[in-house]
Amino acid sequence: MMKSVFLGALTVAGLTAGAAAAATLDDVKARGKLNCGVTTGLVGFAAPDANGEWKGFDVGVCRAVAAAVLGDPTAVEFVPTTGKTRFTALASGEIDMLARNTTWTFSRDVDLKFTFVGVNYYDGQGFMVPKELGVSSAKEMDGATVCIQTGTTTELNLADFFRKNNMNYEPVPIETNAEAQQQYLAGACDVYTTDASGLAATRATFEDPTAHVVLPEIVSKEPLGPLVRHGDDEWGDVVRWSLNALVAAEELGITSTNVGDMASSAGDNPEINRLLGTEGNLGEMLGLEADWAVKAIQAGGNYGELFEQNIGESTPIGLARGLNAQWTDGGLMYAPPFR
Amino acid sequence: MSTLTDPPAASFKLSMLVYDTRYRAITFQIIALVAFLLFFGWLALNTAQNLADLGKEPSFGFLFEPAGYDINQRLIEYNSQSSHLRAAFVGILNTLLVAFMGCVAATVVGVLIGVLRLSNNWLVARLMTIYVELFRNVPVLMWIVLSMAILIESLPAPRDFRGEDPAATMSFFDSVAVTNRGVYIPEPLFSRGLGDFPIGGAFNISLDLIAILIVLGGSLFVRNRIAQRAEAQQNATGIRPRTWHIQLGVILLPLIVLLAVLGFHLGYPVLKGFNFGGGTYLRNSLIALWLALSLYTAAFIAEIVRAGILAISKGQTEAAAALGLRPRRIMSLVILPQALRVIIPPLISQYLNLTKNSSLAIAVGYMDITGTLMGITLNQTGRELETVLLGMLIYLAISLLISAVMNWYNSRVKLVER
Repeated sequence: MMKSVFLGALTVAGLTAGAAAAATLDDVKARGKLNCGVTTGLVGFAAPDANGEWKGFDVGVCRAVAAAVLGDPTAVEFVPTTGKTRFTALASGEIDMLARNTTWTFSRDVDLKFTFVGVNYYDGQGFMVPKELGVSSAKEMDGATVCIQTGTTTELNLADFFRKNNMNYEPVPIETNAEAQQQYLAGACDVYTTDASGLAATRATFEDPTAHVVLPEIVSKEPLGPLVRHGDDEWGDVVRWSLNALVAAEELGITSTNVGDMASSAGDNPEINRLLGTEGNLGEMLGLEADWAVKAIQAGGNYGELFEQNIGESTPIGLARGLNAQWTDGGLMYAPPFR
Repeated sequence: MSTLTDPPAASFKLSMLVYDTRYRAITFQIIALVAFLLFFGWLALNTAQNLADLGKEPSFGFLFEPAGYDINQRLIEYNSQSSHLRAAFVGILNTLLVAFMGCVAATVVGVLIGVLRLSNNWLVARLMTIYVELFRNVPVLMWIVLSMAILIESLPAPRDFRGEDPAATMSFFDSVAVTNRGVYIPEPLFSRGLGDFPIGGAFNISLDLIAILIVLGGSLFVRNRIAQRAEAQQNATGIRPRTWHIQLGVILLPLIVLLAVLGFHLGYPVLKGFNFGGGTYLRNSLIALWLALSLYTAAFIAEIVRAGILAISKGQTEAAAALGLRPRRIMSLVILPQALRVIIPPLISQYLNLTKNSSLAIAVGYMDITGTLMGITLNQTGRELETVLLGMLIYLAISLLISAVMNWYNSRVKLVER
């Protein structure tokens, strides 16, 4: 008898585990809040401002998804994660999605069982050194001490880069961007390496940004994008198409200011109509309201607006659009059609 | 006359398991054991089931794949193409290194502080009290982070040593460089070294080191024989011959000859490129961790030593003083040997605490076992369960080992009763 009760309990446990994994959308709606994993603080991408409110490019994605699902861009619980804790937080269900300049790689997608829903920033790994060292190329860094965040793809690329070029280095492993900044500024490491966007964002917070140079070499491809757990395709679709809606909105000329007008009645562009819910039932297919995309765009603007406000050339971070321009402008940003 | 009949043969009935006091205790223990095992079996199966649902069946195959990352402090050969298993070994050795250094330093400092806290000098005793209360009441992580911050912020960077009129210079006749990346000290080199001896292709053991250890061992053996002869002579004649200069010669001369044969010289650190090259490099992550762990644990050891000394009757001190011994000798010859019996059991716990606290190493970027196996490997492979289980097993093994060694020592020094 003991055994049958035990096996019964096991089956129930197994079933509930299976069911829990497959309904993130329902969980989020029931909770009324989206748990979104972000960095512990990287200005421009995700960092709390003076009022303790989370601001940034990755934060914008979280808010857009929350607006699309719950109709409220502030219904987000931001969970700061380090390079080390982020995947465990997502796999264990502590967060519903991770928007934390995380590189889309084969092993993370296939082996770690995550689903990358798209790319919100095309990046590459770069190196930053103090100008006074007189280094002009990454190839001159033989024997350098390099600060590196542990558990990142940059850590692996760094090892590969130095091995390939037959150079030695001394890795100084650190947990967060803030620690790296402290060690780098104190001269405890010669070089700080991470994604070029991260370097620009870090340098922007320095007292004298001009005293540091980002070396011209970009040693890797780092497509950064939001990700969700494997095995919940409905939820994956919600996050994927929320991101796509932001990208498509820029391409179609929909901004946070004109989206209200354009959504009030059907216009003459059928794709805009479908996106904004004045035609068709795309929202229903996703399990969301008809105006899901309108709310997502209103949350922080379209992709281009998010870029300009948080990391663009008018901000201290000053990143050019480059690869992240729309495909119509020679960039890689390309949303699949809303149809 | 009455007839005696045999008592009825005891037939075992199932109900006796509960109602018969002879069996009851065992019955309940067996039930408890089964329930306990079932609970853990359920826990394990449930975990395996949930991981299988996620598509991540537990497997240790990742240990043999290339790690892909570099480790700065490696006591054995390692590069980014080595396996995760080897990275774990590098981490284990780093853990053992800092634990060993920490235990030694904590014991020395702790005994000193513990003794000084009982000093008759009011100021010294109070200062030691402040030390103990300060260190044991603030979490060790704070001490680790603080010592690292002090090292990074207060010491000059290697680039300050450069140029015509450098901001910083090397100390001890240009042989030691103290920088905010660590301390570079001269390293022993052998121009006619014997090379390395590989063990199973996994480790190399320096033959020079083995030769030195053999010669030292031989010298110490001869020294002991000389001391024994002196003892025997003293017992026979009442006069102890002066042998210290012979003993010193026996130890030093063969060692000096061996070093000369091997071509011993010192390699000094030299500034080249970005960093100092040559010499032995003590990373400040190691120094900060070592310093913080030993100072923190020393506060606890001081209290244990104080308790041990206070446990010895004051009459012992007075008796020794009556024999004309000086306070320092009373402490080292009479009080401490007796106090050891009280001190050692709690001291074992402090050694274990220090070893386990070394897992906070990642706070300063020291690559111990938590940094390699349970840190980067976990993160790069996504094998949380497996790496954490392995990590726990490793700490368990290290702790049991320390415990066994210390308990053996304890059984040697404890009071032998007739």
